[in-house]
Amino acid sequence: MNSIMKKFRDAENAGVSDFIKKYGIVFVLLFMIVGISIASPTFLTSTNIFNVFTQTAITGIMALGMTFVIISKGIDLSVGSVLAFAGVVAASLGQVATATSKFYPNMAQLPTIVPILAAMIVGTLCGVISGWLIAKTHIPAFISTLGMMTIARGLTLIYTQGKPVSNLQPGITMLGGKVFNVIPVPVLIYAVAIIISWILLNNTRFGKHVYAIGANSKAAEVSGINVGRNIIAIYAYCGLFAGIAAIVFAGRVGSVHPGAAVGYELTAIASTTIGGTSHSGGIGTIWGAVVGALILSVLANALTLLGVDAYWQQVFVGLIIVGAVVLDMRKNTSKK
Amino acid sequence: MICDGELRELHPAAPFTIIVKRYNAQQISCLRFSACRKQKQIGVLFVGDHQYVLEMKNIVKHFPGVKALKGVDFSVTPGEVHALIGENGAGKSTLMKCLIGIHAPTSGDIFYKGQMVTGKNTSEMLKIGVSMIHQELNPVRTRSIMENIWLGREPLNALGLVNHKKMYDMTKDVLKVIDLTIDPKTEMSKLSVAKMQMIEIAKAVSYNADLIIMDEPTSAITDREVNQLFTVIRKLRSEGRSIIYISHKLDEIFEITDRVTVMRDGDLIGTVATKDLKVEVMINMMVGRDVDDLFPKIECPIGEVVLEVNHLASGKFFQDVSFTARAGEILGVAGLVGAGRTEIIETIFGIRRKDAGEILINGKKVNIRSSQEAIKHGMALLTEDRRETGIFPMLSVSFNTMIANIETYVNKIHLLNKKAINEDCKNYAKAIQIKTPSLSQRVENLSGGNQQKVLIARWLLTSPQILFLDEPTRGIDVGAKSEIHKIITNLAGEGKTIIMISSEMPEVMGMSDRIMVVHDGRITGILDNNKELTQEKLMAYVANAV
Repeated sequence: MNSIMKKFRDAENAGVSDFIKKYGIVFVLLFMIVGISIASPTFLTSTNIFNVFTQTAITGIMALGMTFVIISKGIDLSVGSVLAFAGVVAASLGQVATATSKFYPNMAQLPTIVPILAAMIVGTLCGVISGWLIAKTHIPAFISTLGMMTIARGLTLIYTQGKPVSNLQPGITMLGGKVFNVIPVPVLIYAVAIIISWILLNNTRFGKHVYAIGANSKAAEVSGINVGRNIIAIYAYCGLFAGIAAIVFAGRVGSVHPGAAVGYELTAIASTTIGGTSHSGGIGTIWGAVVGALILSVLANALTLLGVDAYWQQVFVGLIIVGAVVLDMRKNTSKK
Repeated sequence: MICDGELRELHPAAPFTIIVKRYNAQQISCLRFSACRKQKQIGVLFVGDHQYVLEMKNIVKHFPGVKALKGVDFSVTPGEVHALIGENGAGKSTLMKCLIGIHAPTSGDIFYKGQMVTGKNTSEMLKIGVSMIHQELNPVRTRSIMENIWLGREPLNALGLVNHKKMYDMTKDVLKVIDLTIDPKTEMSKLSVAKMQMIEIAKAVSYNADLIIMDEPTSAITDREVNQLFTVIRKLRSEGRSIIYISHKLDEIFEITDRVTVMRDGDLIGTVATKDLKVEVMINMMVGRDVDDLFPKIECPIGEVVLEVNHLASGKFFQDVSFTARAGEILGVAGLVGAGRTEIIETIFGIRRKDAGEILINGKKVNIRSSQEAIKHGMALLTEDRRETGIFPMLSVSFNTMIANIETYVNKIHLLNKKAINEDCKNYAKAIQIKTPSLSQRVENLSGGNQQKVLIARWLLTSPQILFLDEPTRGIDVGAKSEIHKIITNLAGEGKTIIMISSEMPEVMGMSDRIMVVHDGRITGILDNNKELTQEKLMAYVANAV
């Protein structure tokens, strides 16, 4: 409570305009919700609201990891491909014993923990490799993760020979279902991911290291921070969350195909950018990443409810992303 | 021809100057011709209908939570060098940024040659003849001199492509005005900081600027280059151009300027003719109080050898460096810019590769390969360029203060103890008197002197035994400088070991117990700072003329 009061006091000192600048996206989201509820009464039903949250979960989880990366002044273009790779590996280890086309025909049904761990390990490993390249060779994050994006997608296709991996065990499909027939499990997983990320970013040394590296990596090096090791950890975290998103994906869809999650990285980047994470480094929040993700899925949901062409949705999302980055630049660079 | 006939002695080189207020083109050429015939003993100043080349009226500028300018009236006459001085945070840079269009004033008006120019942006101000040479130069280093000067307005040929020959010739003409004979095709990265500054002045001349603002022009250049700069300034002045000279170097102000304007805390305190001004009065105006001794060095007992460096070497930067430093001692490190002093302390601190040599702390040999290990061994490093390698600009004062000490704030479950962090930051900010509206203020909004204080607080929080200070008072005003000197000598009094790199002779001589001189990567002398050591003797060592 004290920190909220402090924020209000700081806001008073800084002026109302800065308050709006900082929390403006919340108002945008509320405004959208109000507007859509008026235009389409089916929006504010509990089914639809849970739908929105469920649909946010996969890219929302990816956006949380992406927030760490972008705060550190980096970028991770590979998360979509990593999700697919981690997803197919997990799915291949998570099929029911009685599946018609088994990936590993002679393998018994493994405990659910195995595919879950597999997805997390694959995701983390991909992140470690991307991060290691950036830290050791100093190639731009854009290039390193672009490489991982194409390589991981290629490995996914090789692994599956281009075919989807289906017939997943109930342990996995349950993760895409509901608890007590009301609360969707993906939402629970998303909530846990949010809490963990929030604690990590705000209350640990690692979180402060992320901000420091993004704000001024040379100053971070002088101040006792092992920049290389932290960079590897940051991209590993992003990859891990891509792996967790893969599990949710497998649970929701019931299978994983090698073309899964194409373009999801853009949604993840857009979510955290709309939420106020700055690409010039040092600035970003977890709550911002969540609000940004919600803005995008509320928009998609609204456009669907209003019967807008799916292709137009893409145009709208693109416009919002550009608008968000323009606002970000004006807020965080020049002072006029 | 109307000659308003005001005869003034503006400058020894032009003993009689006619101020002509109204004229036309033909009259100009006649007057110039007759001035030539009188062999340049008559200077002619065309100022148009205005007494002032610049008038800033009641300028107010607010930033979030900060009132940077509180209603400033500032004016500049044609053909003068006008000093603008004040402590960091006084508002000088903000005022100038309002003038050249980087900021828009919250209220107030600006008149240039009688024309209202409030709210014009930088390129518009450049076109009408107002140019600023910033403290931190930002040329396009990978391009040539001529490309930098004519950037954005390159001469074109008939096909609309860049006319490189014409650009080359135009550049040569501009360089001639400031007596600089460099090949215009030279790449900027190959120039010294002083030459880069000259190119900036050439750029201003090429815009035919009649008002040139120079922000700390001598902070990164040697004494010989300062003289070259002053020659150029005098020449520009004799042509009727005006220069606003922002500097903390009081001796330069007395040497080159005509009038001095003092600012403090966003107010303009007063404007005085330089020849009527005394140092104590100037400092009193700047600081609002009397500053007795600029460099108070207190006597304190000097203890055991804490740091011992033997035959240290790194790449082509320095070889065979050996020295010791004791508890309670301030070891000054003098030398020319580029001698290798920064590289030496970076290597000891572990952020630069060591090729040879050993380091002993309290008699025990140590192998320091990272800043974490350096900090664990009780070392601290205040870097030379706080903007580049010091501050985290968009992060808060408390973040910037606690970050080097973050390891000590973890509790049993590996979470940060925010209460302890806030306590420490509050206490140290108070102890060093950091001027900030709140601890959550972005550090980039603080003045240079206060940013430096935040960095000092950062290192003090780690309770270091050995402090490496690289140019700790560069770009900082007299008031804050004195405060920082007090902090440094107090630290020595507490038994800490201070190794201080400084290029300012009075600072090195006033603060150090011993002075180590570095030249071209080698130590040319370790001198006791006693009565026998004069500034001339030290300068001789520095220039390697012993």
